[in-house]
Amino acid sequence: MTEASSVGWIDIVVILAYLLTTAYLGWLGYRGTRSAADFLVGGRSAHPIIMAVSYGATFISTAAIVGFGGVAGLFGMSLLWLTFLNIAVGIFIAFVFFGEPTRRLGHHLGAHTFPELLGLRYQSRGIQIFAGALVFLFMPLYSAAVMTGGSIFAATQFGIDFEVALLIFAVITAAYVIPGGLKAVMYTDTFQGFVMVLAMIFLLVFTYSSLGGITEAHRYLTDMADMVPAPLKEMGHQGWTAMPAFGWGAKSYDLWWIVISSIILGVGIGVLAQPQLIVRFMTVRSRRELDRAVPIGAVFIMLMTGTPFLVGSLSNAWMAQNGPILHGKLVQELNADKGHALVELMRETESGGWEPIISPKIQAPAKAPLVVTERSSGTDANGQPFQLIAGRSTAVTYVKGDADKIIPTFISSALPHWFGVVFLLALMAAAMSTISSQFHTIGTAAGRDLYERITQKGESHEPNLLVMRLAIVLGLMIAVTISYTVRQEYVIARFTAIFFGLCAASFLPAYIGGLFFRRVTRAGAMASMVVGAGTSLFWLLLVKAKEASAIGLVQILTGGKSSILEDYPNWPSVDPIVVALPAALLTLILVSAVTRPPSAEHLRRCFPERSS
Amino acid sequence: MIGIDDPYVLFAYFGTIAVAIISVLYGLIRRNAALDVLTEEDRHWAMDEREAEDGL
Repeated sequence: MTEASSVGWIDIVVILAYLLTTAYLGWLGYRGTRSAADFLVGGRSAHPIIMAVSYGATFISTAAIVGFGGVAGLFGMSLLWLTFLNIAVGIFIAFVFFGEPTRRLGHHLGAHTFPELLGLRYQSRGIQIFAGALVFLFMPLYSAAVMTGGSIFAATQFGIDFEVALLIFAVITAAYVIPGGLKAVMYTDTFQGFVMVLAMIFLLVFTYSSLGGITEAHRYLTDMADMVPAPLKEMGHQGWTAMPAFGWGAKSYDLWWIVISSIILGVGIGVLAQPQLIVRFMTVRSRRELDRAVPIGAVFIMLMTGTPFLVGSLSNAWMAQNGPILHGKLVQELNADKGHALVELMRETESGGWEPIISPKIQAPAKAPLVVTERSSGTDANGQPFQLIAGRSTAVTYVKGDADKIIPTFISSALPHWFGVVFLLALMAAAMSTISSQFHTIGTAAGRDLYERITQKGESHEPNLLVMRLAIVLGLMIAVTISYTVRQEYVIARFTAIFFGLCAASFLPAYIGGLFFRRVTRAGAMASMVVGAGTSLFWLLLVKAKEASAIGLVQILTGGKSSILEDYPNWPSVDPIVVALPAALLTLILVSAVTRPPSAEHLRRCFPERSS
Repeated sequence: MIGIDDPYVLFAYFGTIAVAIISVLYGLIRRNAALDVLTEEDRHWAMDEREAEDGL
C-alpha cells in the first residue's frame, strides 16, 4: 500500500556515515585482535555499559522489532508478556543468577565457547561436538529470520525488491563478520545500541502522541475488537488489547497456545540457553560489572521490545484513523454506533463502475472491516446500483495479513520521511549486531567445537581460523537460501522461536546442572541434550502443524495430514518446548541419579570456591 | 485503566515497567556490593591466554 520511496542524497550521506562509523569501530577491534582466544572472547575487561548494551544488541534484532512487532500487530498486546520475560528472565535472572557462575566456570576451565564450556564441565568430547553441531546446523535458521526482517524493511522503505535487499544485506554481513572478531562486535554493538535507543524512544512518543495520548490510543484500539479478521477470531483473538481465549480441546483456543507456548514461552525462556549470549558473560571482569549492567540492560530491552510490540498493536489504530481510503460493498454492520462495517472490497474500473477485488489466497472477493467515513451509491460491473462504503481499515488489512510487513508499512506510512532512514539504520544496527554474533558463534562452533574436537586437535589454543571462516561463509549461504525460499506467515518470529525453543530444550537443563549441581553426570547431561533435541525435532517434523506441514514429512507419513495429532484440537499448536524441556529435565535427573558422579577432583577444579 | 480492559494485558504492561524498575534499583543497591578483583584462577586463565598469544 505504500509509495515506493526513492533514495535521496541525504539518505545516502546518512547511511554512508553510519556504515563508515561501524567499519571504523570494527577495524579498531580487529586491529586489537592478537590471537584466536582473544578473537573469541573479545578481551576480558568490558565496561558495564558496553557489556549491557552489546548483550542487549546481540539479543535484539530485526527479528524482535520487525518480526515480533509484526506479530503484535496481528495478535495484539498479549505480546507484552514477552517483554516482561525478556527483562525478568533474559536480563535479571540471566545476569544475577547465571552471569557470575558462567564467568567463573568459563575462566576456571579455560572455555571460550558455550559448547566448550559444557564439554569441559562434563569432561566429554561428545557433548562439545553434539552442542557444536546443533549450533552449527540450526543457528542459520535464526540468522535467516534476522536477514528476512532487515530485507523486508529495506525493501519497503526504498521500494526495491526483497531479493535485491537480501543480496545487499548478505554482502554487508559477509564483509562485516568474516574478517572481524567478537571484540569488534562489542564496540560496534554499543554504538548501534545507542542508535536503536534513540530511534525507539522517538517511535514510541510519536505513535502515542499521534493517537492522542496513551489512554486515548489504547481505548481506541480496545474499541476496535469487532474489527478482528474472522480467521483470527475463530482461533480465539479477542481484540488487540486482550489476551486470546484460553482453554483446551477446541480450535477457538489455538491462538492462546500459539502466542503463549511458542511466541512468549519459547523465546522468553530460550534466551537463557543462547550460546552467543552465554559467551558474553565470560568477557566480564567481575560480579560487580554484571550487577552494574543489570539496570542498563533492563531499560534497553524494555525499549527495544516493548516499543515495537506496543507500536505494532497500535499501528492498527493509526491505520484505522489515517490509512488510505478503501471502498467496498456492505456485507455486515459490525457496530453502527462506531461506524464499523464489514465490506467486500471493490475497486473502480475505467468505465466508472466497481468490481470486487479477488483475494489470491481464497480466490474469492476479499473482505475487510472498515471504519466508515462515507456512504454513497455506485454501480457494479452489471450496472446494478449498490451502497458504496468508503473507509479506513486495520494495519492487518493493508498488509494483506502478512505480519512481517506491519512495522515496515507503518513506519513508511506514518512517520516523517527522514525518520525512515534513521529507523532503517537502527534496524540495520540491530540486525548487524545480532547477526555478526550469530555467525561468529557458527564459526567457533565449526572451528573449535567440531573441527578441533573431531580431529583431536584439542591441545592447541588456536582454533583453525580457515575452518571458522569457511563455516561462516557456509552458514551465511544457508541463511540466505532459507531467507530467499521460505516466505510464510510471520516466518521471522517462527524461525526465532524454533531456534530459541530448540536451544532451551537441548541445552538449558545441562547448562543449569553444570553451573549449580555437582551431582549431574556426563551421561545425564548427554542424555538430556539428546532427548531435548530429539523431542523438539520430532515435534517440529510431525506434530506442530505449521512447521510440520511446511517441511512435508508428515503429509507423506499420514497421507496428507498437517500433524499426526491433527484430530486432537490444540495439540498441533503447542510448541515443542512444552514437551521437550520437561522431558530433557526429567532425563537429566533420572540418568544422573543412576550413573557415576563426576570425580571430586574435577568438581574442585570446576567449583574451587565451594571447596574452600 | 489506561484504556486496556483485560487485566492480564494490564499486568504485562505494568509488570514490564515494574521489573525494569526493580532491575534499576538492584543495580543501584548492588553497585559496589560485589568484589571487583581478579582471582588467582582468573590470573591463571589470563596467563594461559597470554601464553597462547606468545605462541603465535
